[in-house]
Amino acid sequence: MASVKARVKAPKTAKKGEVFKVKTLISHKMETGIRKNKKTGKLIPRKIINKFSCNYNGKEVFAGDWYPSLSANPYMAFYVKAEASGSIDFIWTEDGGKKYKKSTKITVS
Amino acid sequence: MKTLIEMKAIPRREFVKLMGIGVVSVGSLSLLSEVARADTNDVNSAMSKIAGGKKIQSGKITLDLPQIAENGNTVPVGFTVDSPMTDNDYVKTVHLFSDKNPRHEVASFHFSPASGKASASTRMRMIKTQNVIVVAEMSNGSVYSGKKEVKVTIGGCGG
Repeated sequence: MASVKARVKAPKTAKKGEVFKVKTLISHKMETGIRKNKKTGKLIPRKIINKFSCNYNGKEVFAGDWYPSLSANPYMAFYVKAEASGSIDFIWTEDGGKKYKKSTKITVS
Repeated sequence: MKTLIEMKAIPRREFVKLMGIGVVSVGSLSLLSEVARADTNDVNSAMSKIAGGKKIQSGKITLDLPQIAENGNTVPVGFTVDSPMTDNDYVKTVHLFSDKNPRHEVASFHFSPASGKASASTRMRMIKTQNVIVVAEMSNGSVYSGKKEVKVTIGGCGG
């Protein structure tokens, strides 16, 4: 993969106890492993992001196991409850173990 | 363009099979035979495995899906499970299945009380018109499911 770009949209500030929405998007082909190379007729090996996780101050609050049925450039939106100020880390794990990370800061009042 | 090739290829394979000379080697395993592997039974067995002998109840799940998807490559899919999401009562895991895709699992999402709301949305591939099935595992062990049919105009699983 030439360049994988991860994007995250999360609020910078929130009130304690507030449930906020987080949207994520990562550019990735999500090669299913059942597609064939049209010239050679050979199967293109599977390469997808198989795990996504969201850690809030080090604690996993949301995670997903992904399979090839998920679209290319996977979009993921979910909710998180504001507990304390700190960082929210997003980790995408590709087949083969390569990880893509992105992190945002949040101030909780 | 892609779909044209697919539509042409399938009847030809069918024809070859009918002639009784359809010797398909593993190397030339077609998309068609891959598709034949996953069916509703697979989803049902996966669901009963999740339930572990418990009864799968209906309700509590709201699915947010289009009635007709023009492009099967990216079909928006969202769900909300009705739960207070407290430490004692929350949604643990939500599994997403499709009953006609080559692989019936789409994704599994793990929630925690810190999620605040058992709701998520993503985008999935759909090879043809089919049901999307959501199975939710609660913290108290009960299992709920819900499903909705989506009509697909142009399938999207590559080919």
